[in-house]
Amino acid sequence: MGKPIKIRAKVKGDISEVKALMPHDMESGLRRDAETNERVPAHYITEVVAEHNGEIVMTAYWGPAVSRNPYVSFSFTGGVVGDTIKIHWEDNQGDSSTTEAALK
Amino acid sequence: MKVHRRLMLKGMLALGAIAAWPRLLLAARPDSAFSANDADKAIADLFGQIPLDSDQVKMKIPDIAENGAVVPVTVSTDLDNVESISIVVVNNPTPLAAVFLLTPRSIPSVAVRIKMGQTSQVRALVSAGGNLYSTSKDVKVTIGGCGG
Repeated sequence: MGKPIKIRAKVKGDISEVKALMPHDMESGLRRDAETNERVPAHYITEVVAEHNGEIVMTAYWGPAVSRNPYVSFSFTGGVVGDTIKIHWEDNQGDSSTTEAALK
Repeated sequence: MKVHRRLMLKGMLALGAIAAWPRLLLAARPDSAFSANDADKAIADLFGQIPLDSDQVKMKIPDIAENGAVVPVTVSTDLDNVESISIVVVNNPTPLAAVFLLTPRSIPSVAVRIKMGQTSQVRALVSAGGNLYSTSKDVKVTIGGCGG
Protein backbone atom coordinates (compact mmCIF):
# COMPACT_ATOMS: atom_id res chain seq x y z
CA MET A 1 0.00 0.00 0.00
CA GLY A 2 1.08 3.51 -0.73
CA LYS A 3 1.66 6.10 1.95
CA PRO A 4 -1.22 8.24 3.21
CA ILE A 5 -2.00 11.46 1.37
CA LYS A 6 -1.72 14.77 3.21
CA ILE A 7 -4.87 16.74 2.48
CA ARG A 8 -5.71 20.31 3.38
CA ALA A 9 -9.19 21.32 2.29
CA LYS A 10 -10.65 24.70 3.16
CA VAL A 11 -13.93 26.41 2.40
CA LYS A 12 -13.91 30.11 1.54
CA GLY A 13 -17.38 31.31 0.71
CA ASP A 14 -18.72 29.06 -2.02
CA ILE A 15 -15.31 27.78 -3.05
CA SER A 16 -13.55 24.79 -1.55
CA GLU A 17 -9.82 24.62 -2.16
CA VAL A 18 -8.04 21.29 -1.83
CA LYS A 19 -4.27 20.94 -1.51
CA ALA A 20 -2.83 17.46 -1.48
CA LEU A 21 0.67 16.09 -1.03
CA MET A 22 1.25 12.48 -2.01
CA PRO A 23 4.48 10.92 -0.77
CA HIS A 24 5.71 8.87 -3.77
CA ASP A 25 9.08 8.36 -5.49
CA MET A 26 7.72 9.10 -8.97
CA GLU A 27 10.59 7.24 -10.64
CA SER A 28 10.64 8.10 -14.34
CA GLY A 29 12.38 4.90 -15.41
CA LEU A 30 15.16 6.98 -16.96
CA ARG A 31 17.28 7.47 -13.86
CA ARG A 32 20.28 5.22 -13.25
CA ASP A 33 21.29 4.04 -9.80
CA ALA A 34 24.44 5.91 -8.75
CA GLU A 35 26.20 2.74 -7.56
CA THR A 36 25.08 -0.04 -9.88
CA ASN A 37 24.51 2.19 -12.93
CA GLU A 38 21.36 0.19 -13.65
CA ARG A 39 18.15 1.88 -14.61
CA VAL A 40 15.73 2.32 -11.73
CA PRO A 41 12.39 0.90 -12.91
CA ALA A 42 9.60 3.37 -13.62
CA HIS A 43 7.31 3.77 -10.63
CA TYR A 44 4.90 6.67 -10.76
CA ILE A 45 1.31 7.63 -9.99
CA THR A 46 -0.85 7.30 -13.09
CA GLU A 47 -4.26 8.32 -11.82
CA VAL A 48 -5.67 10.49 -9.04
CA VAL A 49 -9.37 10.78 -8.24
CA ALA A 50 -10.79 13.34 -5.82
CA GLU A 51 -14.31 13.07 -4.42
CA HIS A 52 -16.45 15.46 -2.42
CA ASN A 53 -19.10 13.55 -0.42
CA GLY A 54 -18.80 10.69 -2.90
CA GLU A 55 -19.05 12.80 -6.05
CA ILE A 56 -15.97 13.06 -8.28
CA VAL A 57 -14.77 16.66 -8.48
CA MET A 58 -11.39 16.10 -10.19
CA THR A 59 -9.63 13.26 -11.99
CA ALA A 60 -5.97 13.52 -12.94
CA TYR A 61 -3.96 11.31 -15.27
CA TRP A 62 -0.22 11.66 -14.84
CA GLY A 63 2.95 10.62 -16.56
CA PRO A 64 6.40 10.23 -14.98
CA ALA A 65 7.07 13.97 -15.41
CA VAL A 66 5.13 14.88 -12.30
CA SER A 67 7.66 15.68 -9.56
CA ARG A 68 8.59 13.40 -6.69
CA ASN A 69 6.11 13.60 -3.77
CA PRO A 70 3.46 15.17 -5.99
CA TYR A 71 1.65 18.28 -4.87
CA VAL A 72 -1.61 19.24 -6.47
CA SER A 73 -4.22 21.87 -5.75
CA PHE A 74 -7.66 22.39 -7.23
CA SER A 75 -10.96 24.00 -6.25
CA PHE A 76 -14.65 23.37 -6.65
CA THR A 77 -17.95 24.92 -5.63
CA GLY A 78 -20.65 23.64 -3.35
CA GLY A 79 -18.73 22.31 -0.34
CA VAL A 80 -19.44 23.17 3.29
CA VAL A 81 -17.40 22.74 6.46
CA GLY A 82 -17.41 19.12 7.65
CA ASP A 83 -17.94 17.58 4.20
CA THR A 84 -15.72 14.66 3.26
CA ILE A 85 -12.92 14.95 0.74
CA LYS A 86 -11.52 11.63 -0.45
CA ILE A 87 -8.42 11.33 -2.60
CA HIS A 88 -7.26 8.11 -4.17
CA TRP A 89 -4.24 7.37 -6.35
CA GLU A 90 -3.02 4.39 -8.32
CA ASP A 91 0.45 3.86 -9.75
CA ASN A 92 1.95 1.88 -12.61
CA GLN A 93 3.05 -0.93 -10.30
CA GLY A 94 -0.41 -1.56 -8.88
CA ASP A 95 0.09 0.32 -5.62
CA SER A 96 -2.62 2.64 -4.41
CA SER A 97 -3.52 4.92 -1.54
CA THR A 98 -6.75 6.46 -0.30
CA THR A 99 -7.11 9.19 2.31
CA GLU A 100 -10.12 11.06 3.60
CA ALA A 101 -10.21 14.46 5.22
CA ALA A 102 -12.86 16.89 6.36
CA LEU A 103 -13.42 20.27 4.72
CA LYS A 104 -12.47 23.02 7.16
CA MET B 1 -6.90 1.81 -23.72
CA LYS B 2 -7.67 4.44 -26.27
CA VAL B 3 -8.97 7.94 -25.85
CA HIS B 4 -12.46 8.38 -27.16
CA ARG B 5 -12.14 10.87 -29.93
CA ARG B 6 -15.48 12.22 -30.88
CA LEU B 7 -14.43 15.52 -32.36
CA MET B 8 -14.58 14.46 -35.94
CA LEU B 9 -16.23 17.40 -37.62
CA LYS B 10 -13.13 18.72 -39.26
CA GLY B 11 -14.91 21.26 -41.44
CA MET B 12 -16.52 22.88 -38.46
CA LEU B 13 -13.23 22.89 -36.67
CA ALA B 14 -11.72 24.92 -39.48
CA LEU B 15 -14.45 27.51 -39.06
CA GLY B 16 -13.93 27.58 -35.34
CA ALA B 17 -17.60 26.81 -34.89
CA ILE B 18 -18.63 26.41 -31.30
CA ALA B 19 -22.21 25.15 -30.93
CA ALA B 20 -22.85 22.02 -28.89
CA TRP B 21 -19.74 19.93 -29.33
CA PRO B 22 -19.54 16.54 -27.74
CA ARG B 23 -17.17 16.78 -24.83
CA LEU B 24 -13.86 15.03 -24.69
CA LEU B 25 -14.53 11.71 -23.05
CA LEU B 26 -11.76 10.04 -21.14
CA ALA B 27 -13.03 6.89 -19.53
CA ALA B 28 -9.50 5.81 -18.69
CA ARG B 29 -5.93 7.07 -18.71
CA PRO B 30 -4.88 7.99 -22.26
CA ASP B 31 -1.84 5.71 -22.24
CA SER B 32 -0.91 6.19 -25.89
CA ALA B 33 -0.81 9.99 -25.52
CA PHE B 34 1.37 9.60 -22.42
CA SER B 35 3.82 7.35 -24.27
CA ALA B 36 4.06 9.59 -27.36
CA ASN B 37 7.56 11.03 -27.70
CA ASP B 38 6.47 14.09 -29.66
CA ALA B 39 4.36 16.93 -28.22
CA ASP B 40 2.18 17.42 -31.30
CA LYS B 41 1.60 13.68 -31.54
CA ALA B 42 0.58 13.51 -27.89
CA ILE B 43 -1.85 16.42 -28.32
CA ALA B 44 -3.32 14.96 -31.52
CA ASP B 45 -3.72 11.60 -29.85
CA LEU B 46 -5.38 13.08 -26.80
CA PHE B 47 -7.72 15.57 -28.44
CA GLY B 48 -7.85 14.87 -32.19
CA GLN B 49 -7.80 18.64 -32.50
CA ILE B 50 -5.30 21.41 -33.07
CA PRO B 51 -5.21 23.93 -30.22
CA LEU B 52 -5.96 27.60 -30.82
CA ASP B 53 -3.68 30.09 -29.04
CA SER B 54 -5.73 31.96 -26.49
CA ASP B 55 -4.90 34.67 -23.97
CA GLN B 56 -7.75 33.29 -21.89
CA VAL B 57 -5.51 30.38 -20.94
CA LYS B 58 -3.17 31.51 -18.19
CA MET B 59 -0.06 29.67 -17.08
CA LYS B 60 2.07 30.62 -14.11
CA ILE B 61 5.52 29.02 -14.33
CA PRO B 62 9.02 30.37 -13.63
CA ASP B 63 11.01 31.83 -16.57
CA ILE B 64 14.07 30.13 -15.16
CA ALA B 65 13.82 26.87 -13.25
CA GLU B 66 16.90 26.39 -11.11
CA ASN B 67 15.92 22.80 -10.39
CA GLY B 68 14.25 20.98 -13.26
CA ALA B 69 13.11 18.23 -10.90
CA VAL B 70 10.57 20.55 -9.26
CA VAL B 71 8.98 23.19 -11.45
CA PRO B 72 5.74 24.62 -10.03
CA VAL B 73 3.06 25.33 -12.62
CA THR B 74 -0.44 26.72 -12.28
CA VAL B 75 -2.88 26.73 -15.18
CA SER B 76 -6.13 28.65 -15.01
CA THR B 77 -8.62 30.14 -17.43
CA ASP B 78 -11.56 32.54 -17.74
CA LEU B 79 -13.21 30.21 -20.23
CA ASP B 80 -16.59 28.63 -19.43
CA ASN B 81 -17.48 24.93 -19.59
CA VAL B 82 -13.92 23.76 -19.01
CA GLU B 83 -13.59 20.02 -19.43
CA SER B 84 -9.88 19.47 -19.00
CA ILE B 85 -6.53 21.13 -18.36
CA SER B 86 -3.36 19.50 -19.67
CA ILE B 87 0.35 20.26 -19.39
CA VAL B 88 2.91 19.36 -22.05
CA VAL B 89 6.70 19.79 -21.74
CA VAL B 90 7.80 19.82 -25.38
CA ASN B 91 11.42 18.68 -24.84
CA ASN B 92 10.75 15.96 -22.29
CA PRO B 93 11.24 12.37 -23.53
CA THR B 94 7.47 11.85 -23.21
CA PRO B 95 6.06 15.39 -23.39
CA LEU B 96 2.59 14.86 -21.91
CA ALA B 97 2.98 15.45 -18.17
CA ALA B 98 -0.54 15.67 -16.80
CA VAL B 99 -4.21 15.77 -17.74
CA PHE B 100 -6.77 17.06 -15.25
CA LEU B 101 -10.42 16.30 -15.94
CA LEU B 102 -12.72 18.87 -14.40
CA THR B 103 -16.44 18.84 -13.71
CA PRO B 104 -19.18 21.48 -13.94
CA ARG B 105 -18.48 22.23 -10.26
CA SER B 106 -14.76 22.82 -10.79
CA ILE B 107 -13.03 26.16 -10.60
CA PRO B 108 -10.85 25.99 -13.75
CA SER B 109 -7.49 26.27 -12.05
CA VAL B 110 -5.02 23.55 -11.13
CA ALA B 111 -1.51 23.62 -9.69
CA VAL B 112 1.07 20.85 -9.82
CA ARG B 113 4.85 20.46 -9.84
CA ILE B 114 6.54 18.93 -12.84
CA LYS B 115 9.97 17.67 -13.95
CA MET B 116 11.80 19.21 -16.88
CA GLY B 117 14.79 17.37 -18.35
CA GLN B 118 16.10 20.48 -20.08
CA THR B 119 15.17 23.96 -21.25
CA SER B 120 11.86 23.65 -23.07
CA GLN B 121 8.67 25.22 -24.19
CA VAL B 122 5.85 24.31 -21.83
CA ARG B 123 2.33 24.26 -23.19
CA ALA B 124 -0.91 24.49 -21.25
CA LEU B 125 -4.03 23.20 -22.98
CA VAL B 126 -7.62 23.82 -21.97
CA SER B 127 -10.55 22.04 -23.57
CA ALA B 128 -13.73 24.04 -23.09
CA GLY B 129 -17.07 23.85 -24.82
CA GLY B 130 -15.63 21.27 -27.20
CA ASN B 131 -12.80 23.51 -28.38
CA LEU B 132 -9.12 23.32 -27.52
CA TYR B 133 -7.17 26.39 -26.43
CA SER B 134 -3.55 26.76 -25.44
CA THR B 135 -0.81 29.04 -24.29
CA SER B 136 2.90 28.36 -24.09
CA LYS B 137 5.99 29.65 -22.40
CA ASP B 138 9.70 28.99 -22.71
CA VAL B 139 11.26 27.85 -19.46
CA LYS B 140 15.02 27.81 -19.02
CA VAL B 141 16.28 24.93 -16.90
CA THR B 142 19.69 25.27 -15.26
CA ILE B 143 19.81 21.79 -13.65
CA GLY B 144 17.86 19.09 -15.49
CA GLY B 145 15.34 17.01 -13.60
CA CYS B 146 14.98 14.08 -15.93
CA GLY B 147 16.76 11.67 -13.65
CA GLY B 148 15.11 12.91 -10.51
